[in-house]
Amino acid sequence: MSEHLPILQIVVPMVSSLICILLRRRLLSWAFAFTVSAITLVMSATLLARVYAGGTIIYELGGWSPPWGIEYRIDILNAFVLLLVSIISTVVLLYAPSSVADEIPASRHHYFYSAYLLCLTGLLGVTITGDAFNLFVFLEISALSSYILISQGKDRRALMASYQYLVMGTLGATFIVIGIGLLYAVTGTLNMADISARLDEVGSNRTVLVAFAFLTVGMSLKLAMFPLYLWLPNAYCYAPSIVTAFLASTATKVSIYVFLRFVFTIFGRDFAFDTMHLDAILMPLALIGIFVGSLVAIFQTNIKRMLAYSSVAQIGYMMLGISFLSVTGLTGGIVHLFNHGVMKGALFLAVGCVVLRTGSANLDDFRGLGKRMPITMAAFVLAGVSLIGVPLTVGFVSKWYLVLAALEQGYWPVAVLILLASLLAVAYIWRIVEVAYFQEAPEDAPEVKEAPFLMQVGMWTLIVGTYYFGISTSMTVSVARKAAEMLMGASS
Amino acid sequence: MNSNIVLRAVAKLFIPFIMLFALYVQFHGDYGPGGGFQAGVIFAAGFILHALIYGLEETQKVAKPSTVEIFVALGVLIYAGTGVVSLLKGGTFLDYGVLEHDPVHGQHLGILLVELGVGITVASVMMTIFYGFAGRGRS
Amino acid sequence: MEWPGLYNYWIVIILMMTGFYTAISRNNLIKKIIGLNIFATSVLFLYITMGKVRGGTAPIVVEGGAIYSNPLPHVLMLTAIVVGVATTALALALVVRINEAYGTIEEDEIIVQDQES
Repeated sequence: MSEHLPILQIVVPMVSSLICILLRRRLLSWAFAFTVSAITLVMSATLLARVYAGGTIIYELGGWSPPWGIEYRIDILNAFVLLLVSIISTVVLLYAPSSVADEIPASRHHYFYSAYLLCLTGLLGVTITGDAFNLFVFLEISALSSYILISQGKDRRALMASYQYLVMGTLGATFIVIGIGLLYAVTGTLNMADISARLDEVGSNRTVLVAFAFLTVGMSLKLAMFPLYLWLPNAYCYAPSIVTAFLASTATKVSIYVFLRFVFTIFGRDFAFDTMHLDAILMPLALIGIFVGSLVAIFQTNIKRMLAYSSVAQIGYMMLGISFLSVTGLTGGIVHLFNHGVMKGALFLAVGCVVLRTGSANLDDFRGLGKRMPITMAAFVLAGVSLIGVPLTVGFVSKWYLVLAALEQGYWPVAVLILLASLLAVAYIWRIVEVAYFQEAPEDAPEVKEAPFLMQVGMWTLIVGTYYFGISTSMTVSVARKAAEMLMGASS
Repeated sequence: MNSNIVLRAVAKLFIPFIMLFALYVQFHGDYGPGGGFQAGVIFAAGFILHALIYGLEETQKVAKPSTVEIFVALGVLIYAGTGVVSLLKGGTFLDYGVLEHDPVHGQHLGILLVELGVGITVASVMMTIFYGFAGRGRS
Repeated sequence: MEWPGLYNYWIVIILMMTGFYTAISRNNLIKKIIGLNIFATSVLFLYITMGKVRGGTAPIVVEGGAIYSNPLPHVLMLTAIVVGVATTALALALVVRINEAYGTIEEDEIIVQDQES
């Protein structure tokens, strides 16, 4: 059975999502979802270990060999993203029961966990597949289930946020399918490795240029790169706490993986960067995204919205690392993918604890929280410090590689800008620290206890991860470096 | 009541033929246009016509919402189950060739089963969507 | 001059731009959904046009072997139609809930209501 691990990685969450609809009891559906997510985590870790030792794994569906059949192709980049998605999903589900009980009516819990597992299936499927149209189908599965999950927020603005995300996300996915269609017209195949081989023979052709343009715009919409990020703040702010934590750490990262796969593996580094000058567009937009995200975050009064704008800035960092077009730059971008998932997950889980106990995520309601909920605020500060990039945290590791890559290429101004943006992160984290620790709670503030045990366990797991992967960087950096070398080496 | 009689009589005549046509489209997907999705939608259209003419409560007595929900899950489980059976019989996922004693018959059986699963799920989902929309704003 | 023979692709472009413009510029939420549908329909048209083989008939096996059009784009577009239906159903469900919550389906009125509260 173990040679079927790639397909089981998808089939297990998909079938479980449907079984979850049939389980009507609240706690049973949660326990079932958590068990399935843990099994998925074990499978992802096994796949990463196998790929790291043995090289790319290929699995053909239906017994049809590629290019006629769909194949699942797992190389080191894939496996890394699979691991990130599974880890975040399992930890968030561990944290989930009290938060979901507070924010979602009891009669709908089994539907909620079913949609969550379907979203997990979609994200894993996007990462694992080696067929372009299959990628679009899984992308739409994950997108539709995330629209459902986001609309479950208690505030009525969650409905409008989900609707706007739906319109923009569908436009992005349709752009991607137009690009895939044009690639199919030129090459006659949908298998990613085969498209890459045939594009070499075709050379430069106007259809290929148009396909590249459509795909880039579509993917930028999905990964919330600078001008196309407008769906993100509202969607993350009004969604239920665990949905925000899950989506903020995984959905945009998977879209960045799709970007890397299309630009480096399918189109090839030479076409994308030498012919189409993608780096000339990517680097300025990434830098603007970093500054716009950080600056707007400083002025927000809702903590979840502030963290959402901070996510826009961090996505800018990842795209900046990609635009350097060197092994160090790609290593920085890919390792920041993992690190940001862990950091942001921890931050949103901490905010979720506060929302559970105080009912609000506004800055005003954080006053004096340092004394009232000391453990949660300590967790928040520890994770926030990682956003700034203090040594010993994962944030430092990513920024180190990004600055190193900038200096390697001789882009001194860019390195200075990266360090400046870290100062902006200090600004928006310090606002919360000041309000929580140095201001007194108002007299009519309710008595609050700490969050329940499982929520603390989930949150602290990610905080420990933030520091563990910051101190012992061998696993993440070596995997990211291997992935970067593979992407840079797979030129065409 | 008089104006409804023509509608009710014609609907009573049509609904069985709609369902029969849906089954025809389902099983002739190999040889002509058709297949699971189209058949499922036509099948659900029969039930929706019934609900429009006779009222939602009558239709929900025939096809209870909780039962329809079970069929939603059942269809995809049939599909995934076919794939897993192929896994257990030694092929890769959804390798229809190993389902029967020779590959051609295996392909026939495999396609039949997966299209059946798709048809059941699509019909149930369409009915659930209709129940969801039609049942709002009545209380 | 070849371009009159490519009128299929002209229709694809007209539908695509019509749908895109409607989806982004209209304030009414239902009109946005209609725009998304038109946009998706243009994609269906693009793929099917690509699949046509010169002199080929529909990809259904008939007696007396002939040239068949490529069946793969047809199958891909069946999947795309299903995705479009699911997206439309979800969007309409959201609009029904938004209408119940806000009392209107015009985006500018909803924004005004949000700013007041």
